[in-house]
Amino acid sequence: MAKEVTKNEYVPFLSEIKEVIKHTDIEYTFRMTYEGDVKPGQFFEVSIPKYGEAPISVSGIKDGLIDLTIRRVGKVTNEVFEHYEGDKLFLRGPYGNGFDVEEYKDKELVVVAGGTGVSPVRGVIQYFADHDNQRKDMTIITGFKSDKDILFKKDFEYWRQKMNVILTLDAGIETKDHKIGLVTQYIPDLKLADVEKAVAIVVGPPAMMRFSVKALLERGFKEENIWISQERKMCCGIGKCGHCRIGDKYVCLDGPVFNYTQGKNLVD
Amino acid sequence: MGYKLNEREFNQLLGELSEKYLIYAPKVFVGKGRFSDTDCIRYDKVKNVEDMELSLKSQYSFKEVLNPVSETLFYFTEDSVKEADMPRNKGAIIFLRSCDLHAVERMDEMYLNNGPKDYYYKRLRDNIHFVLIGCSKAFDSCFCVDMGTNKSDNYDIGLNVREDGYELDVKWDEAKDILGKMAKENSLKEEDVTVDFVKETTTRVSIPKNLSYDVSKSKIWEEYAGRCINCGRCNFVCPTCTCFTMQDVYYDANGKVGERRRVWASCMVDGYTDVAGGGSYRKNNGERMRFKTLHKALDYRNRTGYNMCVGCGRCDDICPEYISFSNILNKLDTAMKEVSANG
Repeated sequence: MAKEVTKNEYVPFLSEIKEVIKHTDIEYTFRMTYEGDVKPGQFFEVSIPKYGEAPISVSGIKDGLIDLTIRRVGKVTNEVFEHYEGDKLFLRGPYGNGFDVEEYKDKELVVVAGGTGVSPVRGVIQYFADHDNQRKDMTIITGFKSDKDILFKKDFEYWRQKMNVILTLDAGIETKDHKIGLVTQYIPDLKLADVEKAVAIVVGPPAMMRFSVKALLERGFKEENIWISQERKMCCGIGKCGHCRIGDKYVCLDGPVFNYTQGKNLVD
Repeated sequence: MGYKLNEREFNQLLGELSEKYLIYAPKVFVGKGRFSDTDCIRYDKVKNVEDMELSLKSQYSFKEVLNPVSETLFYFTEDSVKEADMPRNKGAIIFLRSCDLHAVERMDEMYLNNGPKDYYYKRLRDNIHFVLIGCSKAFDSCFCVDMGTNKSDNYDIGLNVREDGYELDVKWDEAKDILGKMAKENSLKEEDVTVDFVKETTTRVSIPKNLSYDVSKSKIWEEYAGRCINCGRCNFVCPTCTCFTMQDVYYDANGKVGERRRVWASCMVDGYTDVAGGGSYRKNNGERMRFKTLHKALDYRNRTGYNMCVGCGRCDDICPEYISFSNILNKLDTAMKEVSANG
């Protein structure tokens, strides 16, 4: 019998930064080299020796490249921002289940995303922008703090041509491009042909997700047609370190994307 | 096959085995207890039976043999990464009691079945043999019978420590060969041996069959918000707690040479859920107690079909606030009734 070989998941590989896209002062997208299968909503452990590792979700996938949209908020991410095109970062992954676009095909789709929550779901939005014949009507409701905090500005121009886009800010002055207010206030007025069959994805800070799901359910969405993506501390990404566990689910293995019928039972 | 050995013969067996294996057993660390003039019993490498403490309960479990407190995963120098060598150059023999032998199954479940296999655990887990220390009676805080972990057949050598010697039930060929050789040279006493196991415990525990996440809403957790000081000792002594945190250590000021380690983590201690940007979950110690309790008595069972807690009672023994985990488990029934009464 051949000796069983266990892969060492913890040793990272080097990936080169091909491009750095600056969205805001503290949020950049690092376009990295990566060959292999990966789905939107999956994540990589990004690391820099001495500073440690941080789980970062994939915000774009294209021809041997992956986008990692990183907010500069911690020890590791601060250091990532000291790296530029041509530099290398250590990665391991991808981990987690990610979004399965098959679930949303040929349906009315609503995406509600707040802040960096747009990153994990950007791949799904991009897919259905490119393949608008594979879906019915699509609406995205995205919220940011202020006009300085808007991510993926360029993408929004393209998305506006392809789908209904509601971009709303917590504060500031209303313009033709964006409204002022919370993402939840646009949910009751969503125009849907058949809400019982419509599907929704909600990603963002915990409170935003809670209230958005509540509003979607009140609007008539079925629990099984709502998906959420969770964010937790993770040290391993492979179901060992325990940090991301909520009840009997491991966000890194069973998630980060959960159907709401499962997600609603998760008590931190 | 069973033998009865005297101390000299038992040490001869250990001596021959130690050529190929490191031997780990509970050992007394004089004066190292939590209070002045008390001793600590924990696992260490031993050479012979005199080094071992086989009559008392070890305050810490065997788990550090398979899952070290701090374990280097790899070294890095600029762009290159070098995997850390195996910390042991031999196989190992672990002396443990039935509850702990059941805990090995829980560790295996986490590190080998929950997601992909853990490379570093796997290499320490390979070539391990277990000596089951028979328990003729339970210690005060034990509740193995109620957790179904009082008995195990999954050992290489079963051992009863008697006044006049050591009774061994040997299932392991390597040990059988050594004993067979010894039997030829001396007159070794062969006899049938059944490993002692505990049939009743003074501490009793009953986990309600209808236990569900609704219990989170109960008021029982509030007590622990005040009593628990989130020191994490319960996690560190628990043979089934396996959480860890990554830690980068560097050796010089330029930070280009260093290593990545994993170190034990505790869901009771601050920082366990901290995400970048300042977010964290379960800030209240009562919530942490609920999270830990439900893992041991519900979450793990939902994934595997059996409870995680093995009833060793070490968490009760170690708690500086005298919080009893068995008592918490026994409160779950009332807590479920409270929650369902409140709708």
